[in-house]
Amino acid sequence: MTTADLLLVALGAVAVGAGVLVVSTRHIVRAGLWLVVNLLAVAGCYLVLAAELVAWVQVLLYVGAVVVLLLFAVMLTRAPIGASDDLDRPRWPGALIGGGAGLGLAALFVSGYRWSRVDLPSPGTATALGEQIFTAWVLPFEVVGVLLLAALIGAIVVSRPDIGSR
Amino acid sequence: MHPVIPYVIAAALVGLGAYGVLVRRNAILLLMAVELILGGVNLVLVTADATVRAVLPAGGQVFALFVIVLAAAEIGVALALVLQLYRLRRAVAVDEIPLEREP
Repeated sequence: MTTADLLLVALGAVAVGAGVLVVSTRHIVRAGLWLVVNLLAVAGCYLVLAAELVAWVQVLLYVGAVVVLLLFAVMLTRAPIGASDDLDRPRWPGALIGGGAGLGLAALFVSGYRWSRVDLPSPGTATALGEQIFTAWVLPFEVVGVLLLAALIGAIVVSRPDIGSR
Repeated sequence: MHPVIPYVIAAALVGLGAYGVLVRRNAILLLMAVELILGGVNLVLVTADATVRAVLPAGGQVFALFVIVLAAAEIGVALALVLQLYRLRRAVAVDEIPLEREP
């Protein structure tokens, strides 16, 4: 166990614990706040795995934008502020499928990688990733840009009843 | 660094997200569970980038960036739909949405 391993185990424990609370808490707003903890812990994992730019983009975009949007939606739909008991359907089918998916994937990874060891790569700084994006991945990058524009226009059309189709 | 550790964390996140998607009734909580799944997928991509020495360097990290952007687009459209649903039905419980056209 190296330092990186210990950090990954600790951050992973935080991420999984916060994830459990996201899917099990009875307060809607608290689920959003636990999602922040989960996303920050996953960003910490990215940092340990030498993916600097991805970690900071995750903090900026997820914690800064996505969670704020989710909390806005919670407020706009007048969600109950206190604890509410009718947030969940019967649990056992979800537990069966979710647990099966998680355990199956974990078993697959464990059988594939055992306790093998790799050295961490050189850090994925903005320079390194920018070079890759604007040489090898420039076409997908442009397509993602067009998709973002389409999603933006779609969201506006959906939320404006006076310009949507009747 | 033992790659099995982040891989198992990612598998746990995906399982938790799948559980949340199937169990939660509130559409916004369901979207939060989808974010958990996407976080797990991103962790797999970044770990694979650190584990496999591919021909194109940093391909996994570039993919992770794309997935983050797609998640942002997804959440924008999905929340617009949820708000529209709330405007029409005054509720966002996904199992109370009538799938048939109303008479």
